[in-house]
Amino acid sequence: MSVKKFMFVNRKAPYGTIYAWEALEVVLIAAAFEQDVSLAFLDDGVFQLKKGHNTKGIDTKAFEKTWGALEDYDITKLYVAAESLAERGLTADDLAVPVEVLSRSEIGKLMEEQDVILSF
Amino acid sequence: MKFAILVNEGPYTHEASDTAYQFAKAVLAKGHEIFRIFFYHDGVNNATRLTTPPQDDRNIVSRWSKLAEEHKIDLVVCVAAAQRRGIVDEGEMKRNGKDATNLAPGFRISGLGQLIEAGIQCDRLVVFGD
Repeated sequence: MSVKKFMFVNRKAPYGTIYAWEALEVVLIAAAFEQDVSLAFLDDGVFQLKKGHNTKGIDTKAFEKTWGALEDYDITKLYVAAESLAERGLTADDLAVPVEVLSRSEIGKLMEEQDVILSF
Repeated sequence: MKFAILVNEGPYTHEASDTAYQFAKAVLAKGHEIFRIFFYHDGVNNATRLTTPPQDDRNIVSRWSKLAEEHKIDLVVCVAAAQRRGIVDEGEMKRNGKDATNLAPGFRISGLGQLIEAGIQCDRLVVFGD
């Protein structure tokens, strides 16, 4: 099977809507198909990666453990928009997994290199 | 050119599925091919045959069914998203012990692999969502 470059663009907060959770399900399937997978986190999507989620009060599954599983699927290309972090008072130290912090325009350049972009 | 379309929003609340439909019509009118239309998130609600809009409004669900029939287009509903939202075919009814089905004609329920395969096979995968 041919390998294409799939980028998943995560733009939504982790809770409040199901987009982030169901996006992750697609990411894992793409990895299972042995595609060249990368993830970009923009806007409120950066909150998906923040350390220390406690979702007991809203009775939904928390994300943090799931990010650890990405490495098992050889998904290591995680890009985070520097501006989106800064706008929300966050730095890379607040995030649960190692990421590459890039400017929006740098992420834009990466998007140009992709075969398939799925935006959630 | 070979297209795949991803519909991420349900009918009526959000315009995304209308726009996806208009886009699909335009793609076909230009002589391109649509390999598959995949329905995810609340987009799976485009596939319930129980939809009954007012008579003077468009019927988004039957519009998809008609498109599939006329142009032999593969309309695929994500199984995991469908299970969460109660979109059921014969197989799902039996598997999950439900007492009814509601999948509209022309649609089939399958896995997310069908979306990734569409991304691999097609020249363009176009996403319609929020």
